Amino acid sequence: MIKVEGLTKTYGAFTAVDDVDFVCQPGTVTGFLGPNGAGKTTTMRIMVGLTPATRGQVTIGGLHYKDIPNPGRHVGVLLDASAQHAGRTGREVLTLGARTMGLPDSRVDEMLALVSLDEKESRRRVRNYSLGMRQRLGIAHALLGDPSVLILDEPANGLDPAGIRWMRGLLKGYAERGGTVLLSSHLLHEVEIIADEMILIGRGRIVAQGDKKSLIAGAGTAATFATALDNEGLAAGLKDKGFAVSAAGEGLRVETETVEVGRVAAERGIVLTDLRPADGGLEDLFLSLTADTQREAVTEGAQA
Amino acid sequence: MTSQTVGQAGLPTLDVSGTSTIPFSRLVRVELRKMADTRAGRWLLISIAAVTALVLVIQLWVVVAQDLVVSFTDFMIAMNTPMGVLLPVLGIMSITSEWSQRTAMVSFSLEPSRMRLVAAKFVSTLLIALAAVVVGLVLAVVANLLYGALTGNSVVWGLTALRLFSYFLLHVFGMATGFAFGMLFLNTAVGIVVYFVYSFVLPGLFQLGASLLGWFADLQPWIDFNAAQNPLVQGDASGSDWAHLAVSGLLWLVLPLIVGTWRVLRAEVK
Repeated sequence: MIKVEGLTKTYGAFTAVDDVDFVCQPGTVTGFLGPNGAGKTTTMRIMVGLTPATRGQVTIGGLHYKDIPNPGRHVGVLLDASAQHAGRTGREVLTLGARTMGLPDSRVDEMLALVSLDEKESRRRVRNYSLGMRQRLGIAHALLGDPSVLILDEPANGLDPAGIRWMRGLLKGYAERGGTVLLSSHLLHEVEIIADEMILIGRGRIVAQGDKKSLIAGAGTAATFATALDNEGLAAGLKDKGFAVSAAGEGLRVETETVEVGRVAAERGIVLTDLRPADGGLEDLFLSLTADTQREAVTEGAQA
Repeated sequence: MTSQTVGQAGLPTLDVSGTSTIPFSRLVRVELRKMADTRAGRWLLISIAAVTALVLVIQLWVVVAQDLVVSFTDFMIAMNTPMGVLLPVLGIMSITSEWSQRTAMVSFSLEPSRMRLVAAKFVSTLLIALAAVVVGLVLAVVANLLYGALTGNSVVWGLTALRLFSYFLLHVFGMATGFAFGMLFLNTAVGIVVYFVYSFVLPGLFQLGASLLGWFADLQPWIDFNAAQNPLVQGDASGSDWAHLAVSGLLWLVLPLIVGTWRVLRAEVK
């Protein structure tokens, strides 16, 4: 539904977005992941025509954004939840959007209910909103026109854990009804619980894309957390097979897949109480892929 | 949710056959609403009416106390000061409030044609300026009637079509110049400061230049838009006055409007 082709944006000698290609399919939530300043926002701004591309193009459903009539009815956009007039009430912000798109004012109430902003909150000025409330208002604004495509920049920023869970449910349901969602984040855990597909970007270039499974498989950094009644016996058995083992909390961290650990346990008759893939796999991948684009050097293990 | 059809490339395409572009009249209505739905906007509108009323009350008081003889046009001219200050500010703020509050991001994603949006803003600001001038005229009528009632002097109107037209033109110029300056600088404070330098400091400099330099005295009427508007204040513009207005207006109104529009159309909205 969203098609990005050879997209490049340069500011003088600085390349903010460097030959980016990707596609977002209907019925899926695509996570756009990268550290701050990686080019996510610039890419999304080009999508909706706020920034001109240096090269390449973005089409939404085969059309350039500027050629979509009354675009709010087709594409819901949230680029910056703070980009609202601080002196307007939340309700007024939505009313302006609804009037522009030619929607009845009843749509405003529907959206306020959807994002759980109550009557009293909706009559407060945006300057008195928390960031989480602004995000909810921004999501309500993006959904006003009942669009089939959603483009959301850092929508989870400022939401509390319950808010993130709520948004996950909202976006999953939206995608299941056939909608296309592209959302960006600099936090892996936010994206990984919401997104079906992930696009990792660092220093303006796409460094990896795919679903979570294929990303981890592609990275070849499978690791397992295992806890057994006899941890020492399990560790010895694993070392015999040549797997690296280290202590982690109450159990072990093994640099291999879960199936290998299970096999050793079965062979040795050791009872496992916990066996799961190490969550760090994707995070390590994310950090390593974007390492040279981070402001802070990843020094783990490099100090020895 | 809008329906989707699958295109040749395998990616679905948007079916936009059921949606039409946003009508211009709707954009104008939304822009009108935006000017009054914040405290700053609402108070600016209220203060235009309130300050105008205040000026007329003071003038009436002085006239009655000193037993002066005045006509309707004197009351009209007295209104020029508050209107001449506040309508340009209205023009500036209609543009810059979108930028300082960054709502331009939202506005331009709902209507990607920036030209249409700028035009809608201009029309809505123009409508408010016209309404303000009408309110001012009504207040001046009331003041003139009160003058007659309080002093017992005969009430003189002396309103000609040219005077009325000049009056509207004067304030439309003020609003539009502010609008142009707003687009040029995209910043409320800078826009207002530059506008006041242009309208209060520059005329003095032009006067000074004209009195010192002979050649500049010939040039000044053609480039001094403020001075060129004086015949509008007096309501007695004639042939060469119109020519001066047109030429200096090209420099101080049309050119800033063009450059400002170009800037808004190209600016990256942050």
